[in-house]
Amino acid sequence: MNRRSFLTTTAATALLAAATTLPAFAQDPLKVGFIYVGPVGDMGWSYQHDLGRKAVEAAYGDRVVTSYVESVPEGPDAERVLTQMALEGNKLIFATSFGFMDAVMNVAAKFPDVKFEHATGYKRADNVATYDARFYEGRAVLGTIAGHMTKSNKIGYIGSFPIPEVVQGINSSFIHARKVNPDVEMKVVWAYTWFDPAKEADAAAALIAEGVDVILQHTDSTAPQAKAQEAGIYSFGQASDMGSFAPAPRISSIIDNWDPYYVKRVGMMLDGTWESSATWGGIGDGEVVIGEITEAVPAEVKAEAEALRDKIASGEYHPFTGPLNKQDGSAWLAEGQVATDEELSGLNFYVEGITAELPK
Amino acid sequence: MITLVKRPMPSRMWSVTTPIIAVIATMIAGGILFAALGKDPVAAIRTIFWDPLFGPNAGYFRGQLLVKAGPLILIASGLAVGFRAGIWNIGAEGQYIIGAICGAGVALAVFPAESALLFPAMVVAGGIGGLVWAMIPALLKNRFGVSEILVSLMLVYVAQNLLAYMAFGPMKNPQGFGFPGSRNLQQYPSAHNPELIAGTGMHWGVVAALLAVIGTYVLMHRHIAGFRIRVAGEAPKAARFAGVVPARLVVACLGLSGALAGLAGLFEVAGPSGQITDAFNAGYGFTAIIVAFLGRLHPIGILLAGLLMALTYIGGDMAQLMLQLPAAAIQVFQGMLLFFLLGFDLLTNYRIRFGGAPA
Amino acid sequence: MILGGIDIVVLIATLMAASTPVLLAATGELVAEKAGVLNLGVEGMMIMGAVGGFAAAVATGSPVLGFLGGALAGAAMALIFAFLTQVLLSNQVATGLALTLFGLGLSALIGKGFEGVRPPPTPKLPFGPLAEIPVAGRILFSHDWMVYASLALVAATWWFLRHSRAGLILRAVGENHDAAHALGYRVVAVRVTALAFGGALAGLGGAYLSLVRVPQWTEGMTAGAGWIALAIVVFASWRPERVLLGAYLFGGITAIQLQMQAAGYKIPVHLLTMAPYVVTIVALVLITALHRRGAQAAPAALGRSFHAST
Repeated sequence: MNRRSFLTTTAATALLAAATTLPAFAQDPLKVGFIYVGPVGDMGWSYQHDLGRKAVEAAYGDRVVTSYVESVPEGPDAERVLTQMALEGNKLIFATSFGFMDAVMNVAAKFPDVKFEHATGYKRADNVATYDARFYEGRAVLGTIAGHMTKSNKIGYIGSFPIPEVVQGINSSFIHARKVNPDVEMKVVWAYTWFDPAKEADAAAALIAEGVDVILQHTDSTAPQAKAQEAGIYSFGQASDMGSFAPAPRISSIIDNWDPYYVKRVGMMLDGTWESSATWGGIGDGEVVIGEITEAVPAEVKAEAEALRDKIASGEYHPFTGPLNKQDGSAWLAEGQVATDEELSGLNFYVEGITAELPK
Repeated sequence: MITLVKRPMPSRMWSVTTPIIAVIATMIAGGILFAALGKDPVAAIRTIFWDPLFGPNAGYFRGQLLVKAGPLILIASGLAVGFRAGIWNIGAEGQYIIGAICGAGVALAVFPAESALLFPAMVVAGGIGGLVWAMIPALLKNRFGVSEILVSLMLVYVAQNLLAYMAFGPMKNPQGFGFPGSRNLQQYPSAHNPELIAGTGMHWGVVAALLAVIGTYVLMHRHIAGFRIRVAGEAPKAARFAGVVPARLVVACLGLSGALAGLAGLFEVAGPSGQITDAFNAGYGFTAIIVAFLGRLHPIGILLAGLLMALTYIGGDMAQLMLQLPAAAIQVFQGMLLFFLLGFDLLTNYRIRFGGAPA
Repeated sequence: MILGGIDIVVLIATLMAASTPVLLAATGELVAEKAGVLNLGVEGMMIMGAVGGFAAAVATGSPVLGFLGGALAGAAMALIFAFLTQVLLSNQVATGLALTLFGLGLSALIGKGFEGVRPPPTPKLPFGPLAEIPVAGRILFSHDWMVYASLALVAATWWFLRHSRAGLILRAVGENHDAAHALGYRVVAVRVTALAFGGALAGLGGAYLSLVRVPQWTEGMTAGAGWIALAIVVFASWRPERVLLGAYLFGGITAIQLQMQAAGYKIPVHLLTMAPYVVTIVALVLITALHRRGAQAAPAALGRSFHAST
């Protein structure tokens, strides 16, 4: 797209919008852009998104051209990079961090014929879809394993930031650990970072000093794994598999897998059926993957965890099913009642039984 | 044997030509780097330096150049005055943050009241915020003789933690679903610092940056105060005889640079950025120090250096997008550019003499 | 020893290991600053040490050679800085900032291909029964050898600066380079050596992160540790023994706030993280104010370029 069509909008836009849906133009490959908040080599969040980009290339070959810009600070830089992508003719742009939200909305308003996909946000438009993964489903499985594996009955959770996604994860892990082990306690430490190896190692050490013998982490470095190994306790991989720490301390993992969603959405662009939507995929959609459960876990525990995973995947079971009370003892979900997505996406309280206080 | 002889006056000829030599040297070294990474070096250099200015979408990027360069120039203009006087404020990053917090704080406190007075009030609050933050090292230097370099640097860390505290606590958007970050001021008409002419990137912060360039030029080169400042930096003892009071100079220089950094933060948070978040400060305060030196502490030089830095950011993003150069390669490239620019500056102030040193 | 639900012994043992990277980097920076050079590129040197050390350890299978590689990578970075600031007389503040930018980028390029690899383990020293001694055993005899090496380096630096003739010359250069030059000392050579030493220690600190603390290579893994090292030097008012205190204070605040969270206390994390920097400023003021006759805690020639004009 050149400057003129950028500055004078509506007429050209209508034409272009029509053009993208015409099969006659299909011989031009579809340009798809990805914008990452971290480096693709972070082995965590951005790395997993980039695997999704590669899956798109593998799936559609010559029909698509993908490109990405990494380590983009949230704010005006993101807005500029998104605009650059649109100006360079990308027709579908994946913005893979919550903090890109307002930038996506601003740019989307200027480029009505370009489709945007924003990860983990809550603002949508005709050309802006949102997507997220139900990480809490995976946390339920990890919580079940953790509940069985702990001998001290203390499980530790390294939180990144007190945002709904992480609060869901803490609650879900705790609920399912306690289901299999009524004596279990949960210790929570907030690192206030997604990635800071030194701090994460300290957080793990703090939890270990509190007598925790299973650690779940919601931050992306492997530093807690190393601490767990040193202390001879168990841990779970986060974001990527962290398989180099298997079979122990890493006894399983929760993996972000954006491949199926990216392949599906790009496919919809290619056949002209893309429309704005809010997708929240879980284990059943392949977006949340439970990494190999190693031989350090007894066979019956592994079987139980896998059964839970399959029940969640089939939709037979929802990790937030009543009866559940809030931390203060007041009722949240009645017997058999399931939490709505609206409630979960703004979740800002712990469930009953967690003793720590949620920072506000 | 090669020796350096200090020039009595910086060479005007070399001060113009060394940046050009440095940029060319960077293009060669960078080209080798890009070629080693398996990319077409000519295309990479063109994408970084040429396309944002004259490429197919240059109309957009020229505006963005101003958006990116604006805060750098505004901050660097103030810093350069102090650096000329030998007063080293390296905490502009902190003053930038505090300016943003104070300015945004005014808006968030009265939200959602609309008033034409709100934005001017925010500007004042932002400037005062930066000024007050810079007064801490100024007063500690004057009262106790503590190095302003170190205090101003320490205060950056304090400001960063204060910023995180604000983003997660008092300033958190009550309608933000528990996510950190304030309300977006772009959606609050009275508080918004919008583009003044659509598509140009020109907002009040850019206007302020240009005014700062003119203002510091007049101050430093057309006014007796500027002369005194320069004397104080080059010959502190002589300055004292000329009636310069060191303590006042410290207050004035730190105050000016702090206020301008605070203003830059305010214009950024009310405009292009929109929000107080824990990652709001993108290192402008530190990059501005580099800009000040690249610009040889001269207002016009700073203007050009700010634009050059902005160009490498924007062109760098473009090279990532178009050529799939990794962001790391762009950082290395920027690092080399700075090394060459700083290194070649030697020629401006020194003459190279081959053979033995004069006795 | 339990205090308010927190095991103090474990906490001290933890923060000794946790502080090692910043302790090393700060000690190195201290020597450079004592020689009168302010190198703000510690973060860049550390991350180059992290990747250099990691690559060397993986290639050779030896953590010792890994640490050596980290030190060399850090020193090489410092020599770039030294060439620019000492030979080409560029401004130290701007050059240091550029060095950090350069190091972060270059390390990421070098590190491609090392992601997800695990380095050879750095063993703990086998103290046998000593480690079983209550309290002291856990604090003193439970670490890997780099922890002891870093403490030895701090002690050696203290001795060098305080008691050796070379240390005296180095300090003289940092206090008044013109006088030192007039006395016939080679100011530039001293400073380049001090910078290289500082870079080597920053590199060691970085290597400790990638080889022991995480242990893995990831882009940007120093995550600001270099900047903390700079703060520690100031906190320590340029005394090696206080660097140790400072490293433990800065590392300790993080460890303590996390430990308090784990113990179930609700604490204002960001305000607490801010505290050591405020303490540093207060300490700086007190030390400077307590020195009579306006003597500075900082080396007098810190940050100033030297050019022999005769």
